[in-house]
Amino acid sequence: MHIPDGFIDIPTSAAFAALSAVGVAASLKGAARSLDEKTAPLAGLTATFIFAVQMLNFPVAAGTSGHLLGGALAAILVGPYVATLSLTVVLLMQALLFADGGLSAAGLNIFNMSLLGVWFGYGAFLLAKKILPKNKVSITAAAAFAGLISVPAAALGFTLQYALGATATFSITTVLTAMVGTHILIGIGEAIITGLSVSAVMASRPDLVFGYRGAKKNLEIRQG
Amino acid sequence: MKNRLVAAGLVLSLVLAGGASFYASSQPDGLEKVAGDVGFLDSAQESAVEDSPLAGYGVAGVENERISNGLAGVVGVVSTAAISFGLFYALRRFKKDQP
Repeated sequence: MHIPDGFIDIPTSAAFAALSAVGVAASLKGAARSLDEKTAPLAGLTATFIFAVQMLNFPVAAGTSGHLLGGALAAILVGPYVATLSLTVVLLMQALLFADGGLSAAGLNIFNMSLLGVWFGYGAFLLAKKILPKNKVSITAAAAFAGLISVPAAALGFTLQYALGATATFSITTVLTAMVGTHILIGIGEAIITGLSVSAVMASRPDLVFGYRGAKKNLEIRQG
Repeated sequence: MKNRLVAAGLVLSLVLAGGASFYASSQPDGLEKVAGDVGFLDSAQESAVEDSPLAGYGVAGVENERISNGLAGVVGVVSTAAISFGLFYALRRFKKDQP
């Protein structure tokens, strides 16, 4: 899912870099409001864990592999703003240190994984949580669903970028069907890892899970 | 028991990136596969940091692939942890300074 340099032309890459910069700036603001003594360490761990698990490519179909993107996982554990920052740190480390994902393509990758993956994943989580019964198991199930949705969402982002600024011209519908089809399969892996990771944190420190805390917070009586 | 979860998570991250990643699938990932099948894979250009000593998740000069890959993973985990913990602690402090 990491776009190398060259796939997408420079004007389109620059436009998405600008969009991503706006998204990251908004996330810095949002994250500063939500981070405290208790959540800051979990946020650091989330970014670090996602970096590690992104190295673990799993086979999905003949001759294809996929790896965790982590946007949905991060959004549920630490909230969407901090999640965007976490994914952005991971993507920048990968591009700068390991040449994984191009430098001119960094804005494209941040847009797809740090913004689309996070927010579509978080949206899917909220939706599933609303429909499912209110208990801890539902948090895990909703997390898995969020993981499943987040990967094809990021793949759609690439397809949009390809439609706007591909340096090679192949049919957009061919790219769309291939990207979405492949990434639904990878999304199943994402769903499993996201569900397992969220359930592990729910088992030890449910009080730290943003997506679970959020549910309880609505019931609290606020003090003036 | 303060941060047992964080400590355990960091150790797990080191083990995954430093050890388990050697066994990861080396097949092309979803995007690479699609690019190859559709036909635009050769429009990819080398990254400007392709000559970086860690490019491609290995350490330049280390012959043993398991060690090279594992070391790169450990460096990645430590650097990501340093930057992300630093950023999130800084943001938390920034909030405190607000009226």
